[in-house]
Amino acid sequence: MQSMLLTIALAPLFGAVVAGLFGRQIGRVGAHTVTIAGVALSLVLSLVVFKRLAFDGAPVFNENIYTWYQIGSYSAHVGFLIDRLTAVMMVVVTFVSLMVHVYTIGYMKDDPGYQRFFSYIALFTFSMLMLVMSNNFLQLFFGWEAVGLVSYLLIGFWFKRPTAIFANLKAFLVNRVGDFGFLLGIAAVLMYFGSLDYATVFANRESIVGKEIEIFSGYAWAVPTVIGILLFIGAMGKSAQVPLHVWLPDSMEGPTPISALIHAATMVTAGIFMVARMSPLYELSETALAFVVVIGATTALFTGLIGLVQNDIKRVVAYSTLSQLGYMTVALGASAYGAAIFHLMTHAFFKALLFLGAGSVIIAMHHEQDMRYMGGLRKYMPITYWTAVLGTLALVGTPLFSGFYSKDAIIEAVHHASAQGGAAYTYAYWCVLLGVFVTALYSFRLLYMTFHGRERFVVADHGSDHAPLAGSAPAPAVSSHGNDHHANDKADAHDHHHGHQPGHLEHAPHESPWVVTLPLILLAIPSVCIAWFFVEPMLFGGFFDGAIVVAPAHDVLAEMGKDFHGVLAFALHGIQTPPFWFAFAGFAVATYVYLFNPAMADRAARLFAPLVRLLERKYGFDELYQAVFARGSLLLGRGLWKWGDARLIDGWIVNGSAALVDRSSGILRWMQSGYLYHYAFAMILGLIALLGAFLWLK
Amino acid sequence: MSHHLLSWLIWLPVLGAVAAVVLGHSNAQRARWIALATAIATFVLSIGLYCGYSAEAGSLQFVEKYLWLGVLNVHYHLAVDGISVALIVLTSFTTVLVLIGAWSAIEEKVHQYVACFLLLEALMIGVFCARDALLFYMFFEAMLIPMFIIIGIWGGPRRVYATIKFFLYTFFGSIFMLIGLIYLYLKTGSFDLDYLARYPLSLTEQIWLFLSFLLAFSVKVPMFPVHTWLPDAHVEAPTGGSVILAAIMLKIGGYGFLRFSLPITPDASHELAWLVIAMSLIAVVYIGFVALVQEDMKKLIAYSSISHMGFVTLGAFVAFELAREVGAGDAARLALQGSMVQMISHGFISAAMFSCVGVVYDRMHSRMIKDYGGVANTMPWFAAFMVFFAMANSGLPGTSGFVGEFMVIVASFQASPLIAATAAITLVVGAAYTLWLVKRVLFGEVANPQVAALTDINAREAIVLGGFAAATLLFGVWPAPLTELMDASLQQVVQQLMHVKV
Repeated sequence: MQSMLLTIALAPLFGAVVAGLFGRQIGRVGAHTVTIAGVALSLVLSLVVFKRLAFDGAPVFNENIYTWYQIGSYSAHVGFLIDRLTAVMMVVVTFVSLMVHVYTIGYMKDDPGYQRFFSYIALFTFSMLMLVMSNNFLQLFFGWEAVGLVSYLLIGFWFKRPTAIFANLKAFLVNRVGDFGFLLGIAAVLMYFGSLDYATVFANRESIVGKEIEIFSGYAWAVPTVIGILLFIGAMGKSAQVPLHVWLPDSMEGPTPISALIHAATMVTAGIFMVARMSPLYELSETALAFVVVIGATTALFTGLIGLVQNDIKRVVAYSTLSQLGYMTVALGASAYGAAIFHLMTHAFFKALLFLGAGSVIIAMHHEQDMRYMGGLRKYMPITYWTAVLGTLALVGTPLFSGFYSKDAIIEAVHHASAQGGAAYTYAYWCVLLGVFVTALYSFRLLYMTFHGRERFVVADHGSDHAPLAGSAPAPAVSSHGNDHHANDKADAHDHHHGHQPGHLEHAPHESPWVVTLPLILLAIPSVCIAWFFVEPMLFGGFFDGAIVVAPAHDVLAEMGKDFHGVLAFALHGIQTPPFWFAFAGFAVATYVYLFNPAMADRAARLFAPLVRLLERKYGFDELYQAVFARGSLLLGRGLWKWGDARLIDGWIVNGSAALVDRSSGILRWMQSGYLYHYAFAMILGLIALLGAFLWLK
Repeated sequence: MSHHLLSWLIWLPVLGAVAAVVLGHSNAQRARWIALATAIATFVLSIGLYCGYSAEAGSLQFVEKYLWLGVLNVHYHLAVDGISVALIVLTSFTTVLVLIGAWSAIEEKVHQYVACFLLLEALMIGVFCARDALLFYMFFEAMLIPMFIIIGIWGGPRRVYATIKFFLYTFFGSIFMLIGLIYLYLKTGSFDLDYLARYPLSLTEQIWLFLSFLLAFSVKVPMFPVHTWLPDAHVEAPTGGSVILAAIMLKIGGYGFLRFSLPITPDASHELAWLVIAMSLIAVVYIGFVALVQEDMKKLIAYSSISHMGFVTLGAFVAFELAREVGAGDAARLALQGSMVQMISHGFISAAMFSCVGVVYDRMHSRMIKDYGGVANTMPWFAAFMVFFAMANSGLPGTSGFVGEFMVIVASFQASPLIAATAAITLVVGAAYTLWLVKRVLFGEVANPQVAALTDINAREAIVLGGFAAATLLFGVWPAPLTELMDASLQQVVQQLMHVKV
């Protein structure tokens, strides 16, 4: 088992090292072959591991590989903990990663950094596996930061673009703010348990109940709450929860495959996974859980709203990701950890699908990302269109689609939790319910603006199959303010697609090659039907028993399980509940506005102008952070440097003392003039002074 | 030879320096090869020392003791424990890479240049072996001379100001230590460090002695507010000088705290731990913000060094709080380990960062960030190395930069969550100044024709950067060899600092 697990983790690393260091020697084909082979091997072995744990009843694997350090009673190791929670994550990560690897062959085929890109995504797969397979906090933190590093490298993959290198720095720093809390949380765990191993910590979890810690003298905090909140701050960074969400939309500067892999399916869900993994600790603090649920609910609703006014196709999907991460977080806060992981899994499939679909559209549109210059693409790229439809239906929660089960379970769980009391949970319930409407609205808006309606682009006449559409000048269908980044995007388009005019294509769009469409199809399958097989075990059947701990008083999923009568019945019941009708309302509004009456959108935008402006400015988080933290730090640094170092320490004390010596010795030198009459004069003065003093004193 | 291994380690570089000056006088290439051969031989000897040292015991080994100045009871007394071994290997390793790095950067008076570095190596190894306080003091002060010459002769345009500032600053500090040592000698009649460590002293005496040591070592580390010599010295020093200064000379300050302040004045150290902890935290945060706004790459890295060295002193003194107030001996050991690992790791990382600057400085003759931009386009391998070292400098797990900071932060959390939280600010600020530097220098479009004309690193530079990278990565993924080497010795330090003398 151990050698198999090591192979799973190290095979992608091997591919990454070979492709990274010897990319020039092995060429493009060599680079994608070695990395794809590595990730495929990991996937196959992960499936074997999953089968053993899920179906063959294999015991949980928990062993250390080697000792990191041993200092007194403190030790740290590298090791693996493989239970069903880990196994699910391993399969999801390696599967999506493999799809993205294959897709990349098509998406990046003209890019000069082809080998480097494969090296990075394989390295990412290794890091993510280390994160989910870890059996201790230290390795968790290693994986946590390593995926952050790869995210940094990939967001800034096109390092010539100013927006890309701004975005990657921002992503890293915002994540570091989260890590600040995370590291302190780990320190607190070590302080109270004396160990970083999950098994030891979880086994002794009762020992911190009732303990308090004074952070500021006089204010005592319950230790489980402190640990829970500190660790969750880390999750807020990694999983982009308000107010640390600002980096995720900007991360869309990276190539689309990594948006799918890292910024939708896997890395951003690391925070969700972490909290689920720490469920034994979170169950000890209702305060921490309430904190989690409020943050999650806020993210779920309010970032979804921003998605309504975005025109960049990738950014719509990015805000949708933020919102869905909020749903997962809400599930965590409601102690429905199983539902969170279940939604994590279904979301990984359908969101990766949507991102890759968006990428396919972007290829077809010659790297145009603005939906206002799209439309009617359905007939040019049927595979992309139909898979996108399936992904959208899953995302909005259409009954029988995978997303329906996972999202409905979350809403239902919060509903149960709110019934048990707590304003936080009532707030969360309303947020996630309204969020369903918003999700349907922006999802169908994207679908219609991209694939349906009039073609809002012009194809230059190179004797192409499709005649240019005379007179169809670009006509923005929605508020023409656009998003503020758009101007930037235009100014520095891709390396290999210089200065095109918006909405003017050299060739008619066409369906993408099979390396792109095959992953779409393979992702569409689980997006539709994965839930049929897993909804019962994962949510109600105790699939995660042992890995996830829920206090009986919080166990909303068990309560819901009493009413569960099969996949079909669940779907039928879903139709009778509010979430379905909220989603349907979103669908209806989007269909009416964007399909039948585009002028409505402009009118609505004018009507709600202040609200639209607020959303377009993303509630002002970016401006605020830029002004306070970025500019504030620089001002502070400059002040400390100029006043503290240069003026006070160097100017007054160091050079000041040197100048004092210089000046006093100057005076002494001036007095030693060498003229006899100066000395004689000084003697006389001295004599007079002495005599005067003598007389006066007498 | 094994009886006199430490003497060999000290005197072999001296012999090499003499040989380089005499034989390399007319032939620069010969001087370089003599120096490199000597440095490699010294490195091999230091590996022999590492292998011959038995870490479990943690005791002093390879002892050499001869009466030197009988009238003052001064001994030529050398011995090493795990802490010294680690620092000696670091010294000899870095010296080899520095000589390779300076191979073609220095054209004038090469024989004297390489001789200075060999002398410096000898004196630094001497500092790490000396068990006699006066012998230590001699090495400690003599070390200034070669560095004074290196900056003063091969330095930049403001080298005279920088070198005098460097010399007077550090000399000013260490003079007080000499006074302290003389007092100790008059009181005890000995300069023997082990004897002094056992000798009971009243709290008042300890406090005065502690302050005298503090002045000497805090300037060396350097700690806020006596740090301002370092940025000037780094800016004017040639690359090799900066590397040695950052990688090893600063460590001697931290080492001094462990060898003098902690064992000789444990009660005063405990009494005044708050002061050193405060100074360390200011160094971490204040200097971090100052580093953010630097326009000169070397200054930025110099400030970053000060900020990172804050963890060394924080770990060493938070150990007092842990051992004496909290009663957590193992946590104190963890803090001391963190402090030591940070010293070694900072040796590699700061050396690598300064070497990176040296690589582009040799080509562009500018240290100003604004003169660069888009270097990754023309120097991809260099960019890969620099991003790696920048990540190490930001304390990314998997690099050695993380290990020490992690240990110090988690240990100090047990003393006070606020101390840990303040220190952890470096996670954000450290990443900010380092990665902003990377962004401005490496990324973006090619900024100007000079950048467009850059050529990527050659094999010699790749060896230097690769050597540092290998060490950074090794101890990042597997720090156990390092912690095992020092653990027993640090356990003794913990016992010393628990030992109440008054």
